[in-house]
Amino acid sequence: MSNPTENSPRLKLRSVLATDCGSTTTKAILIEKVGEEYRQTWRGEAPTTVEAPFEDVTRGVVNAATEVQELSGRKLVTEDGGILTPEQDSNEGVDIYISTSSAGGGLQVVVGGVVRTMSAESATRAALGAGAIVMDTFATNDKRRPHEQIERIRQLRPDMILMAGGTDGGTRKHVVALAERIRAARPRTRLGGGFNLPVIYAGNKDVRPEISELLNEVCDLQLVNNVRPVLEDEDLGPARDKIHDLFMEHVMAQAPGYDKLMTWTDAPIMPTPGAVGLIMQTIARQRGINILGVDIGGATTDVFSVFTEIFNRTVSANLGMSYSVSNVLAEAGLPAILRWVPFDINEKMLRNRIGNKMIRPTTIPQTLEELKIEQAIAREALRLAFIQHKEFAVGLKGVQQDRTIADAFRQSGDDSLVQMMELDLLVGSGGVLSHAPRRVQSMRMMIDAFAPEGITQLAVDSIFMMPHLGVLSTVNEEAATQVFEKDCIIYLGTCVAPLGAVKAGQPALKVSLEMPGGKVIDEVLDSMELRLYQASHDDEVQATLTPLQRQLDLGAGPGKPLTKTLRGGVVGIVIDTRGRPDIQIPTEPNERVAMLDRWVRALGEYPDEEGG
Amino acid sequence: MAAVFTPGLKVAEHAIVHKDRRLPLKGQVTVQVGDTVTADQVVARTELPGKIYPVNLANKLGVDPGRLTEFLLKGEGDKVENGEVIGRTNGFMGFFKAEASAIVTGTIESVSTITGQVIFQADPIPVEIDAYMNGKVVEVVPDEGCVVQSAATFVQGIFGLGGETKGLLTMGVEAPTDRLEASSINESMAGKIIIGGAYLDLAGLQRAIDVGAIGVVTGGFDYDEIKEVLGYEVGVAITGGEDLGLTLIVTEGFGSIQMAPATFDLLKSKVGKRASINGATQIRAGVMRPEVVVTFDEQEVPDELVSAPEPVGISIGDQVRGIRAPYFGSLGKVAGLPVEPVVLDSGSKARVMQVEFENGEVAVLPRANVEAIER
Repeated sequence: MSNPTENSPRLKLRSVLATDCGSTTTKAILIEKVGEEYRQTWRGEAPTTVEAPFEDVTRGVVNAATEVQELSGRKLVTEDGGILTPEQDSNEGVDIYISTSSAGGGLQVVVGGVVRTMSAESATRAALGAGAIVMDTFATNDKRRPHEQIERIRQLRPDMILMAGGTDGGTRKHVVALAERIRAARPRTRLGGGFNLPVIYAGNKDVRPEISELLNEVCDLQLVNNVRPVLEDEDLGPARDKIHDLFMEHVMAQAPGYDKLMTWTDAPIMPTPGAVGLIMQTIARQRGINILGVDIGGATTDVFSVFTEIFNRTVSANLGMSYSVSNVLAEAGLPAILRWVPFDINEKMLRNRIGNKMIRPTTIPQTLEELKIEQAIAREALRLAFIQHKEFAVGLKGVQQDRTIADAFRQSGDDSLVQMMELDLLVGSGGVLSHAPRRVQSMRMMIDAFAPEGITQLAVDSIFMMPHLGVLSTVNEEAATQVFEKDCIIYLGTCVAPLGAVKAGQPALKVSLEMPGGKVIDEVLDSMELRLYQASHDDEVQATLTPLQRQLDLGAGPGKPLTKTLRGGVVGIVIDTRGRPDIQIPTEPNERVAMLDRWVRALGEYPDEEGG
Repeated sequence: MAAVFTPGLKVAEHAIVHKDRRLPLKGQVTVQVGDTVTADQVVARTELPGKIYPVNLANKLGVDPGRLTEFLLKGEGDKVENGEVIGRTNGFMGFFKAEASAIVTGTIESVSTITGQVIFQADPIPVEIDAYMNGKVVEVVPDEGCVVQSAATFVQGIFGLGGETKGLLTMGVEAPTDRLEASSINESMAGKIIIGGAYLDLAGLQRAIDVGAIGVVTGGFDYDEIKEVLGYEVGVAITGGEDLGLTLIVTEGFGSIQMAPATFDLLKSKVGKRASINGATQIRAGVMRPEVVVTFDEQEVPDELVSAPEPVGISIGDQVRGIRAPYFGSLGKVAGLPVEPVVLDSGSKARVMQVEFENGEVAVLPRANVEAIER
């Protein structure tokens, strides 16, 4: 792998080809310097070729790059089937080539610790932050008996194990007991190949000799700093970095064709979710804002958040829109999905349709009715993934943070870092959000699923390029943020929603909007309303918002008016008086359908409601 | 965008089928390349490590973990019998002796002088893999298994429950549009695989289990009844390990959908023959579909491994089926392949094809919602 700083491309970077090798599709984008700024100019995609009959990821990469080459007229692929770097002239080659990957099931990690809510939780946070899927978390107090844990470790075929436990100088016995179980299980790697499974030990450093003696023979043992050196501190960086190194050395090196791909890229290949997390953190840091991001896929849903500079990521491994769609039904329950369906439907038929989507995951909604059902399911998948995220995103700082002893014992969901009233920007990504026929549908899905409070901007990733920009940010942050702003993010608009339960049939909010050009809109919204005001992202709308029910709070305090400049977007400004934190939806079926119908008409979500 | 179609389920009267027969752990392969094998013949065997049982013997004996080995009568690697005394303390002046016994027949895997834990490993469990279908061994992977190749009638389903089994095919219905009713399932179907039609309900499935049928093939089944059968919902389509008393193969999907006539007629033509079936389904990476394999009596199996051809695109005139509402389960042929994307009723823009259905209706469907019927 060449060093990206060679020939100083960081200083004079002109062009970048970036790919994301997903489990089904490899997506390539071309980024070029246009005038004084970086822009994403062309994109191409091709099926991923990790599995038989091809078993070589680079074929999909070259196919996707060839599509970009054909569209852009810039030669990107060499005669012998590689990526042409560096740029020769504006029609030939690119300065750097970079890639992310989630092909072959991504990075799968098993985590172990002594206490579930302490060292095991810290280790889980480190693994998730590195972009891993955590297959299982073991702790000496996780209620499974030792032989059950050993059986489970045997059955799982992870890419690596991250083992923590004990503060430095703390417990030895429990840490050794955990290592004994791993040794007894003799875990094997997912991809086989005769290699020992990598085990990262990030626990009590005083126990390293015993751990080495126990595990050296049966695993490829790696020792890093303790993720929980003292009770009040967390140090996740070294474990995270080691996971990334091993991802390159073991997982990538054994996946078909990756040995070749690694020699092509000018920066280490990153796990896709790790790269998305990176770009989220970069944007939050640069703008000094709180961000919540979601990427909803066919099999999994990732949620990222940066609140008060603390980054958290969770992956809901079985919440998705195709492979896992039946699991959304299983976890949410039919009534929860039905409450978002704006028409009557036979329950058995709905269950069969969801089952059929699971077994034919690549199909798309042809009729409006099918689309509405799919978007109802998406709301529940997003909502469930978000609940999991809120429960996990608690307490600790990403790299290192001082905490009091009292804080250390209060970590399980009652003090989530995710405070919706403090959220500035909610970003959605993934097929059902990025490719909804109308952007207003994406906005509605996100508002319903996340129930933002107060004033919140909403956006979507235009063509799913956040992974590409995440890895680009490690090479050239300026280019990554410019493209993010200009081409990646599409501002949908702003949601205004007072916190508090609303009293049905009563006025809820007095709205005064001074639109660009001086037009003033003065209106009163009743409870249980959704109303849309057209305004673009460039427009500045001076808003004075006055709660008409004492309990309602827009961020200035219950019952208190708020004056703020709002920005619109491709959808506009949506005012939502349906109550928070829980959106109030009628439970009686006829009433529910009538109410949902009113809301979709108010926003003009579907073609058949346009006249309404 | 070359690959714009969904590879379909295979329904072939005459196909070259090969099956990877792999051990879960390294072991002994009992066949050689070129061997002719029968479905029940063992082709590889191994021993799975026995279960692990950790016991804290230091606690049981009431001794310090650091001194545990002083009181053990057996050491790491030694064979033990269930109930055999393996640790004993001297007590005090002959009194207060403590003893500890092995809790399983097997070996002592390890002894920890830090935790006081002794880990027992039960005796290994023998595992054998059979050939699954009559055929010829075309490849041997040393210590791991082999590839068996056959000339066979091969029918793939879309979703299944339960694993591999073998038995005679028998008809349960007259036509592919018929429902397989409990009343038409009888004791003569014990040990057999019943071919159904458009639909099987829970009562029918239960009756098939009760009479001892080993498999049912049906066009449709209700999704919510899976939970009734298994006691849990199948949230992600990875199946094969279920134990419901038989193997269920659904050829079309969830709901009541007539079995594709080509599938039905082919299976009907094989009634009385012995079939190998497997309900294992995996829709994610490394797609696996449930299947019915009926090998020919006279084997015409190539000696060399025949690779499956790379899928080719769909052409005008090809047989297809709709795989999503509102055309779910409808069969027809490709009437047109417009190049430009079209805006669908849902408002999405997608590449489409024109399909002429069996009733003469011509409709436009997204290419993603159509599946080729492969023969």
